[in-house]
Amino acid sequence: MIGIEHYLTVASALFVIGIFGLFLNRKNVIILLMSIELMLLSVNINLVAFSSFMGDLVGQVFTLFVLTVAAAEAAIGLAILVVFFRNRGTIDVEDVNVMKG
Amino acid sequence: MIQADLNIILPEILLSVYAMLALLLAVYTGKDRLAAMLTWVTALVLVLIAAWIGLSGAGDNLAFDGMYHDDAFARFAKVVILLGGAAVLVMSQDYLSRRGLLRFEYPVLVVLATVGMMVMVSAADLMTLYMGLELQSLSLYVVAALRRDSVKSTEAGMKYFVLGALSSGLLLYGASLVYGFAGTTQFTGIIQAASDGHASLGLLFGLVFVISGLSFKISAVPFHMWTPDVYEGSPTPVTAFFATAPKMAAMGLFARVLHDAFGGVTADWQQIISLLAVLSMFVGAVAAIGQTNIKRLMAYSSIAHMGYAMMGLAAGTAFGVQALLIYMAIYVTMNVGTFAFIMSMEKDGQPVTDIKALNMYAKREPGKALAVLVLMFSLAGVPPMVGFFGKFYVLKAAYEAGLIWLAVLGVVASVIGAFYYIRIVYYMYFGEEGEALDKNRSPILWGFLMASAAAMLVGVVNLFGIESVAAAAAATLVN
Repeated sequence: MIGIEHYLTVASALFVIGIFGLFLNRKNVIILLMSIELMLLSVNINLVAFSSFMGDLVGQVFTLFVLTVAAAEAAIGLAILVVFFRNRGTIDVEDVNVMKG
Repeated sequence: MIQADLNIILPEILLSVYAMLALLLAVYTGKDRLAAMLTWVTALVLVLIAAWIGLSGAGDNLAFDGMYHDDAFARFAKVVILLGGAAVLVMSQDYLSRRGLLRFEYPVLVVLATVGMMVMVSAADLMTLYMGLELQSLSLYVVAALRRDSVKSTEAGMKYFVLGALSSGLLLYGASLVYGFAGTTQFTGIIQAASDGHASLGLLFGLVFVISGLSFKISAVPFHMWTPDVYEGSPTPVTAFFATAPKMAAMGLFARVLHDAFGGVTADWQQIISLLAVLSMFVGAVAAIGQTNIKRLMAYSSIAHMGYAMMGLAAGTAFGVQALLIYMAIYVTMNVGTFAFIMSMEKDGQPVTDIKALNMYAKREPGKALAVLVLMFSLAGVPPMVGFFGKFYVLKAAYEAGLIWLAVLGVVASVIGAFYYIRIVYYMYFGEEGEALDKNRSPILWGFLMASAAAMLVGVVNLFGIESVAAAAAATLVN
């Protein structure tokens, strides 16, 4: 029997992979976008699992909102990536370093 | 039924419709030739809506089955947000036009961000919270990269986007846990789930994630690393916008989540907020000392200021929220004036951000130098400027809530922080003779600088009466 804890474990594993992808990745900004997407989708698994196990539809409505916003976010991220590439000619994470912070 | 709900969110609806109409109008007619006009009209619209909300708003209204909360607290924050946004728009028009940066999308994006902020401070449901936050953040990512042909500006946009998205992810993960363990996304339901002063472990996990997500947005330490780069890289008017309205909105949202949704477990979040406040105050004060770029310096200054504002939040009392609101209103006023000055710093028409350029500024422009002196002293919290009263209120709130150690550390941090504000004053009055900055050419920036400095002095009398308004606003949030 698959219980809610299985879903939560998968979701938290995906979420942690997303965070690690964000911080350990030294290569490519596109991988950052993928990691962000992974984090948001792991949240969706959480929401749908809770929603289904509680018999409450609000979680699934929330999921739809998250999906929509994630799409808009990816669009804006890619747009910023394009203007950055035009200026620097590279999308390596290590080259995002004109300012030191 | 739906009519009553729509009436409650009428200001937001009007602003969103205005933004879309303005976008369509500009796309189909003059494009960027309309930008200057559009900026002025937008500022006017924001001021009108602020006046409308401030003067005619009344009562405590819940809309859409308790998803949207319009109360005195939300109205206070909205007026500050709208006026801050309008002030930044008016200040930026000349600066951006002269550099060919004024595109018609700029005022539209500012309006959309403002709508997002208004939704944030009125959120009474995790979904409303998320939608408001994202509307604000997505618009801000774009304006950070407004100068498309500059490496710095696009890099600022990129960094802001990546870390902002990470913070949204953290917040959302927390929201999903809260939903799962409280069984609802509504704040009224969440507070009931923890009503006996005891929250389940899952709920606490969710709370911690939500707090970290929100801390990113207000740039509290240890979630502050994006702030200096984004402030430095963005065009100065955009930086001015970042430093004013979004901070008020995120603080308002923070207070709303902690009191409306987690008001029953104050003891649990009090320690986290106190720690964030102490770290922000000290990192903001110490890290700013070595900065030579005035925009980076203001970034660290805003980190420190967020620490003080969080002190009011950490108190967990109605007086603490009142202190927070007063502090944020004063902070926004001071920053508008300071950034009006930073925008007017230029040499041969090019913006200058090195604080060494201010050497002996007082000799050449004594009036402006005096105004900056007042603002710097006010930012540092030197009595009798208004900034001192902001700090006084949050320190008093922390003291009365029994967080004496926090108040003591706050005083220590403000003494350290005073160093770099006073260093700017030192350069202006006693520095070495250097190359002169251009004479001021914008009466608007001059007006904002002088008005803000005057407010710091005149406000000493009664703080323009915001004290009682903030008290009434805080009373609706904490009960």
